[in-house]
Amino acid sequence: MNDPHLLTLHVNGTEHEVVVEPRRTLADVLRHDLHLTGTHVGCEHGVCGACTAHLDHAPVRACLVFAVQAEGADVRTVESLDHDGELSDLQQAFTDHHALQCGFCTPGFLMLAEGVLAESPDASREELREALSANLCRCTGYQTIVDAVCATAASRREKIS
Amino acid sequence: MTATELPAEVAGPRFEGRRGRWVGASVPRHEDPRLLTGRGRFVDDITLPGMLHAGFVRATVAHGHLTGVDLTATRAVSGVVAAFDAGDLALGDVVALLDRPAEEFTPTAMPVLAKDKVRFVGEPVAIVIARDPYAVEDGIEAAVVACDPLAAVVDEPSALAAATTVHDGAPDNVLLDVSMFDTPGVDEGFAEAAGDGPEGSSTRGGCVVEVTTRSGRQNALPLETRGAVASWDARDDQLLVQTCTQVPHQVRTMVARCLGVPERTVRVTVPDMGGGFGQKCVVGREEIAVAAVARRLHRPVKWIEDRREALTAGFLAREQHYDTRAAFDADGRITALAVDVVCDMGAYSCYPFTAGIEPLMASAEMPSVYRVPAYRVRGRAITTNKAPTAPYRGVSRPQYVTAIERVMEKAARALDLDPVELRRRNVITEFPYTGVNAVTYDPGTYRESLDLAEETLRSEGWFGARDGGDRHLGIGFCCFSERTGYGSEAFAKRRMTVVPGFDLSEIRMDTTGAVVVTSGTMNHGQSHETTFAQIVADRLGIDVARVKLRQGDTERIAYGWGTFASRSVTIGGSAVALASERLGELLCRIAAHLLETRPENVAMDGSGGVIVVDDPARRLSYEDIADVAYLRSHLLPKDVEPTLTATASFDVPGDGTFSNATHAVVVEVDPGTGQVRILRYVCVEDCGVVIHPQVVDGQCRGGIAQGIAGALFEEVTYDEHGEPSAASFIDYLVPTATEIPDVSITHLETPCAFTENGAKGAGEGGTIGAPAAVLNAVNDALRHTGVELDTTPIHPATVLDALEGTP
Repeated sequence: MNDPHLLTLHVNGTEHEVVVEPRRTLADVLRHDLHLTGTHVGCEHGVCGACTAHLDHAPVRACLVFAVQAEGADVRTVESLDHDGELSDLQQAFTDHHALQCGFCTPGFLMLAEGVLAESPDASREELREALSANLCRCTGYQTIVDAVCATAASRREKIS
Repeated sequence: MTATELPAEVAGPRFEGRRGRWVGASVPRHEDPRLLTGRGRFVDDITLPGMLHAGFVRATVAHGHLTGVDLTATRAVSGVVAAFDAGDLALGDVVALLDRPAEEFTPTAMPVLAKDKVRFVGEPVAIVIARDPYAVEDGIEAAVVACDPLAAVVDEPSALAAATTVHDGAPDNVLLDVSMFDTPGVDEGFAEAAGDGPEGSSTRGGCVVEVTTRSGRQNALPLETRGAVASWDARDDQLLVQTCTQVPHQVRTMVARCLGVPERTVRVTVPDMGGGFGQKCVVGREEIAVAAVARRLHRPVKWIEDRREALTAGFLAREQHYDTRAAFDADGRITALAVDVVCDMGAYSCYPFTAGIEPLMASAEMPSVYRVPAYRVRGRAITTNKAPTAPYRGVSRPQYVTAIERVMEKAARALDLDPVELRRRNVITEFPYTGVNAVTYDPGTYRESLDLAEETLRSEGWFGARDGGDRHLGIGFCCFSERTGYGSEAFAKRRMTVVPGFDLSEIRMDTTGAVVVTSGTMNHGQSHETTFAQIVADRLGIDVARVKLRQGDTERIAYGWGTFASRSVTIGGSAVALASERLGELLCRIAAHLLETRPENVAMDGSGGVIVVDDPARRLSYEDIADVAYLRSHLLPKDVEPTLTATASFDVPGDGTFSNATHAVVVEVDPGTGQVRILRYVCVEDCGVVIHPQVVDGQCRGGIAQGIAGALFEEVTYDEHGEPSAASFIDYLVPTATEIPDVSITHLETPCAFTENGAKGAGEGGTIGAPAAVLNAVNDALRHTGVELDTTPIHPATVLDALEGTP
C-alpha cells in the first residue's frame, strides 16, 4: 500500500517529477519535496485553511489532497502570485491594510481570496466576509483581511469597467 | 483626539516628547514582503541534510502509574531510526520555583518524558525518531505503554476534595495558596454597607454584592503549532536548537540544565513565528527532548506538533473561578473588596513562571481601575490531571476584570444607578495613584476613555435602540488597565527565583552607514522589525529602511527575556533607543575630531550626517565617519575604539506603567437560537505614545477577537475521566470572519514618563477587555429575564434557557 509512485506535477507552471508514497499529502509534497514552503500547514484536518492552494484554478485544502490526486492538474501556490518580488495587487492591499501580523495564515488567505475574487468579482463586503470565513486567522481579528480583499475587488472592477 | 497633558510633577527623566519623522507613522511593515510571497522561514520550513523526524508517544489515560514502556515493536517499524523513553535519555526535570514558604508554594517537577506517573492525556512518554513524519506515526502506533490507572482529578471540586493527589508533594492538590492582601477596613466596609436591612440591603442606602464568575479553559492557539529543529555542530561544539519560542534564552537555559551541559554548548535561534500569545513563552518539554536526541544521535532532528497535540497537550490557560464580594456606600462608592480566586493550572508548573502565575497576577491587580479603599484576597493554584498552563495573553486580567466589572454592574442594579455612572464615581482620576494593593499607577485616561466610549454609543443611538425596540439588544462596558512595563522590580514582588525584567540591545553601523540592532525581545507577529526600526531611525536621523532588527539568536545577545506581557516596546524599545543614542554620541565624537571642532559644537543633522553647529555647511555623512571607524582607524581620536557599536540595557523602575482602555459593546441575542451577535464594538485605548498606529490597531483588534473567542466560543473540555473532548477544530470553536465584528478604535495618548519612547504597550489589552464587555452586554440583553450569567464562554443554550425562563 505504501509503495512509492512516480508522479508528474505541474506546479506554478513548472513540471516536477516526484516519487511519493500514496499517503503523502499534496501539502507535504509542495513543502518538503518541492521546497515551496509558502504553503503552510495549520491543522491537517481541513479547517484552518493555511494550506490553501489552487488545483485547476479553484482553492483546495492541500492537507486534504493526496499528491497522487493532483497529477495532471494545474497546481498554483502562493509563490506564483508575485512577479519577481513585485507584489500583486492583492498582496499590496494586504500590506496596505495591515491584513497580516505573524503571516502564517496569509498564504492561505491570499489563495482563498484569489479563488473567491475570480469566482465572484462582484461580491459585496458581507459576501466576501462570508467566503473568507473559510479560513482561520489568530492575529488580525479578520477586519483588515476583509478590507484588503474588498479593496482589491473594487480596484479590479474599476479596471474592467 | 487631543493628547492628554502629562502633569509636570510626574514627568520623569526619560520621555521628553521627542518625535521624529518615523515614530507615529504607519510605515510599510518590513516583515510583509517575505510573508506575502511565501518566502518567510518558519520552523517547519527548515530542512537540514540528513534530518530525522521526531514524534511523541503520549499518555492515553489522564492519571496513572507508568508500569512499562515497550518500544521494541516501534524500533522494528520500517523507517524508524530510534526510540527513547525517560530512562533512555536520563534528563533532568523542568523545575520552576517561587521563593515562598512551604505553606504558600509547593514545588513540583515536570519530567521531560514521563517517569513514574502520567498526569494528563497527551503527556509525552517516549520519543520516536524516523526518516519521515509518516514513519514516525507508524512507530508511535506500535509503542506499548502499560499504565495502572488512578482516578483522574478533573475539576476544582475533585482537586480540593483531594481524594486523589496529582503530585505526592502536594497532598491537597494546591500548588500555591497566597493571601496577598488583607488591609484594614474590609470587615468594617461590609458591615457598614450591609447595615441591618433584610437580605443584605442597607439601611444607609449602600449595598453588598456578591458574584461568582468562572471562565473556561482556553488554548492561546497560535496558528503555527509548536516545533523545533535541533542539530549538533561538532566544530562549534554546540547544539543548535531552532525553535518557535517567545523566550529563546530561557529555552537555552533549560535545555542546558536538563541535558547537564554548559550553557555555552547550546544555541537557540528563532525563525519566523506564526504567533505565540503566551503559549510559546514557557519552555516546552518536547523541545528539550528533541535537543537531547539530536545531541545523542549527532543528526538533525525535527519535531512539529500536530493540531491534535496542540489542542490536547499544548500549554493551556484561563480556567479560573472567582468568588467576589464588594461593599458600596449609598453614593455608589466601593468601600471594600474581598476575593477568593482559584486557578486550575493543570498537571505541572511551567518554566519560568510557575503555577503561581495566574493567581498571583489576579491577587496583585484585582482592584483594577477603581479606588478600592480596603482589599482582601486569597489566591490559589490547584493541580489537576489536565494539560498544564502557560501565561496566555492577558494572564488573569480577562478574568479578574470580568469579576470586578460584573461587580460594577450588579452594584449599579442594586443601587439603581447607571452602570457607567457608577464606574465614573469609582474610577481612578488622579495620578500617580497608589492603590490598596501597594501598586502605584502612572497617569492614564481611565475616566476619559469611559466617557468617550459611552458618548460614542450614545451619539450613534444605541441606547435608544435598546430601550425603544422589541429586539433583544444589550449594551456592555468594560473599563480596565493593564500593567505593561513589568521590570525586574515588579516581577521580583512575585518572588519567582527567575526574575525577568531588563532587556539588552546592541547597535552596529557598518561601513555603508547601514544599521543592525539587536533586541532580547522576540517578534512573533507584533511588527518589531518595523517599530523598532522606526525608533532607531528617528534617534539617528536615517531612513527606516537602513535599519535591520536582529532577534532570536542567543549568540547575538548576552541574555534576554523575550516577548510577553506587552513588554517589547516599553522595555526592548527603550533599550534600542538608548543604544541608538549612544551610537549617535559616538558618531558625533568622531565627527568633531575629524572636523576639528569642539565635541559640543557638532550635532546630528537628521539626515544621516553630523554637522558643525556654528558652520552647518561643514558636514560628515555617517558613511564618511564609518569609513574612518573601520577602514582608516588611525584617524580616530586616541580615546575612541575602532568600529561603530554601542550597547544599552533598560529596565522599568518601580511598579511599571499601565496602559488602559474602555470597551463598549452592543449585542443582540437571537430568541430562536440563543446565539449572540455583536452589532457594534468600540474600543477607546491609551497605550501612551503610539509608535505605529496601524500596528496598535491590529494588536487591539486581534486581542479583542481572542477575548470574544473566550467570551462566546472557545473552551477546552474534558470528560469525567480526563479525556479531552475538544481535540480538533470541529469541537474547539475558533471564531471566523463572520463571528468577529469590525471594531472602531480611538487612541488617547498619555505618554509614559519613564520609558524612552513614551510608549506603554499594546499587546494584550484587547484580550483583557472583551470578555467582560461582551458578558455585560449579554446580561443587559437578558435584563428583562431576571437571569444573570457569570460564566464564559456563554453557550447559546444558556441564553435560550434564560429567554425561555427555564434556568
